[in-house]
Amino acid sequence: MTDLKVYNFMGLRKLALGFSTLLLAASIFSLATKGMVLGLDFSGGTQIEVGYQQPADVSDIRQRLEEAGFEGPVVVHYGSETDVLIRLQGKPEQGLSEQVYAVLQSASQTVELRRVDFVGPQIGEELREDGGLGMLTALAVVMLYVAVRFQLKFAIGAVLALAHDVIITLGFFSITGLEFDLTVLAAILAVVGYSLNDTIVVSDRIRENFRKIRKATPIEVINESLSQTLWRTINTSLTTMLVLVALFFIGGELIHNFAVALMVGVGIGTYSSIYVAATVMLALKVDREDLLEPVEGELVDDLP
Amino acid sequence: MPNKFPLWKNITIILVIAFGFIYAAPNLYPPDPAIQLSGQSGAMQIDAAVLEKVEQSLDEAGIAHFDGEANGEALLIRLKDANMQLRAKEVIQAGMGGDYIVALNLAPTTPDWLRDLGGMPMKLGLDLSGGVHFLLEVDLDSALKTRLEGDIEEIKTALRDERIRYRSFELSQNQIIGQFRDEQEVERAKTLVRTQYRDLQPLSEQGQNPLSLVLKLSELATRELEDNAIKQNLTSLRNRVNELGVSEPLVSRQGKNRIVVELPGVQDTAEAKRIIGKTANLEFRLEAADRAGEIFEFRNPSGQGPDARLESKAVITGENVTDARASFDENGRPQVNITLDAKGGWQMGYATRDNIGRRLGVLFIEFKTKLEKSVDENGELVLTPVPFVEKNIISLATIQAQLGKQFRITGLEQRESSELALLLRAGALAAPMYIVEERTIGPSLGADNIDLGVKSVMVGMGLVLLFMLAVYRGFGVFANIALGMNLVLLVAFMSLLGATLTLPGIAGIVLTVGMAVDANVLIFSRIREELAAGGSIQGSISAGYDRAFVSILDANITTLIVALILFLIGSGPVQGFAVTLSIGILTSMFTSIVMTRGLVNLVIGGRKIKTLWI
Repeated sequence: MTDLKVYNFMGLRKLALGFSTLLLAASIFSLATKGMVLGLDFSGGTQIEVGYQQPADVSDIRQRLEEAGFEGPVVVHYGSETDVLIRLQGKPEQGLSEQVYAVLQSASQTVELRRVDFVGPQIGEELREDGGLGMLTALAVVMLYVAVRFQLKFAIGAVLALAHDVIITLGFFSITGLEFDLTVLAAILAVVGYSLNDTIVVSDRIRENFRKIRKATPIEVINESLSQTLWRTINTSLTTMLVLVALFFIGGELIHNFAVALMVGVGIGTYSSIYVAATVMLALKVDREDLLEPVEGELVDDLP
Repeated sequence: MPNKFPLWKNITIILVIAFGFIYAAPNLYPPDPAIQLSGQSGAMQIDAAVLEKVEQSLDEAGIAHFDGEANGEALLIRLKDANMQLRAKEVIQAGMGGDYIVALNLAPTTPDWLRDLGGMPMKLGLDLSGGVHFLLEVDLDSALKTRLEGDIEEIKTALRDERIRYRSFELSQNQIIGQFRDEQEVERAKTLVRTQYRDLQPLSEQGQNPLSLVLKLSELATRELEDNAIKQNLTSLRNRVNELGVSEPLVSRQGKNRIVVELPGVQDTAEAKRIIGKTANLEFRLEAADRAGEIFEFRNPSGQGPDARLESKAVITGENVTDARASFDENGRPQVNITLDAKGGWQMGYATRDNIGRRLGVLFIEFKTKLEKSVDENGELVLTPVPFVEKNIISLATIQAQLGKQFRITGLEQRESSELALLLRAGALAAPMYIVEERTIGPSLGADNIDLGVKSVMVGMGLVLLFMLAVYRGFGVFANIALGMNLVLLVAFMSLLGATLTLPGIAGIVLTVGMAVDANVLIFSRIREELAAGGSIQGSISAGYDRAFVSILDANITTLIVALILFLIGSGPVQGFAVTLSIGILTSMFTSIVMTRGLVNLVIGGRKIKTLWI
């Protein structure tokens, strides 16, 4: 690892462009046609989690609820054989969870009411709006920060890379039909933070190298910068992936999708910090001239 | 000398480490199960005598207890066995009677010396402690409508007194619209409103019918009305929540028209909902003469008449009722004593003065939701909740004399009187509320969530520690010490700031663990590069730290911005995630930059070393 090898990352940028376009197109197509399976937080409704001592028979539970007059209850196992999640649409009159509980209790098995969530339709709608708004605000503020701290071309590259990651992660949820709830939204914003982190580290190096290496084309400078930061990018992604794997397997059902969103986002974010941001910068014809003005707070190269 | 910290920097690091350990320490002491007892009214003395009685009833039931404390307002008694908590509550409630509120609680076991330093354990969110969370929406529109309907009646009376002739008055989209026969009358009415009803503003728009008068409640008055409505509801909710006996309930306003109620540790959620959900209002209305007014049914038709016709204007509403109690008159007959606030008393006196012998009805208004079936565009059956209002008469009694601030309703049976008093108290709400969000977490799920959370932090951290050791060897040790310290500092700050730990918050901690090493990865990679480029060992270390710093700062500031936005848009659990993420970023900057540098300087700084174990 002592001799730094310069990889020709940008030589593959046409391939990367094709790959990204493919993923984006698939994501947008799925989002537009299939949409997302919205979790309770956004869709509104009632969901009830109950725990049994022995493995539970969901079709039996469904039948009993239907017989008791509940219409179209969704009954699924939740995390384990003994846990069951029941979802009912709309806001039923008050005391719904007690009624469900009474129906389930009437059977011979002991059942424990673990969780009841009711979200009114207006709350779901507000959360949808706030979530979208938050995402856009995050992107705008970040773009502004990078534009001030670096340069506009870097900012455009960073924000496009972020949008790329967010759209593909959303697309992943749409294609796989995994439920999108509030924790997944939080995860996606965390992906924005993470992916940005990566992109900034790379951009920082590109800026530094543009100033340091005088006789090189922008492609060479970017290749060298990406190669220099490659190990760091891989190692950080690996440590993050390690903890996400721990969360995924141990964290429990409630944060299962949160971990999935982050794993997808971190994976895509690692790729995009290498290819997307830099490719965009190249397309915008980033050059040494863009960075002549030293930015305040920048370290001056004082070593030979 | 290269790579040596000045003394003050080393001392600062040591102080921060000490700070971290001290304020994280309270979380190591598990709380004792306890029972808390307080009085129904603030005037009751909860002193040593009460404590003795409580201890006695516990002894009789054979429940082991210790460390009872009474401070005059409340007492707390610790139990040896958490499984006996519910039983102990029942025993104490039975022994002490209904004048006391008995609640389950968890008593911190933080040692005195830590408490003296201000140390306390982290607060747990409802998803970890178990409990109920309600979000209630106050129907301000309805409060506004009630107010304007009252105003219409008053204006009509005032106009008649001034002999200003009008054709009609009606309420439309929160505006009062009056129709007149000629423009002169409109002008006179406008002047009257301007001088006597300053809260109402006459609107004049182009193209408006010159024979109509449009009045709108001023912005100031509207806001005041809304604030009062929320405040009144908050007060009634707090009183109701107190009935539940929850140790640390939260009832507070959220945004313009919402109230959040959190009841940690509540086990009987049905009971909680029944008490919180008693959304009802009251109106006292005179019985209508001849064919005016509206017809209402009795809530409990047996015994009373089938229905009655009441005036459409309310004399007073539940807002003016401060208390209602069932008792007995001098002859031992049941009655309900009603107390009104000053304004209500005055209005009641004014309305009943000329109406002795007429009957006064009390209308009980309940806000309920029913499901309406419809078929959506995909041909699927959907159920939509439709709020509806149910108005029933709960009392219709003849006015015997002019009524004032305090009056009574007689001629009831005992069961009726207590029911009526209950309904009157329940209806003392300014504006109706609807539950718009409810989250109930059973106590066992909360405990499971803590277990899973702690386990994921430990496993995630273990994996990262191994990874860093394998990749960066000697320097991996420094990074790992910093990572461990980061966790301690994170817990310390969260405890000290009183931040609430939620399950997504724990996920935030796990994520922080994974991402916190990034700074060290950056620095160490940079040092390796400098070494590869032929730098001296000490020079490479120094350059590595210096050059990586800018990248770390930029990267962390942007992540912090994202966390801040997450905090602003998120609610409850997600905010918990944003909080842990933000604090984690800040503490990790310190541990991974300053602390590892301190360690590196201590071990390697200023020494002649041939190869760096990195």
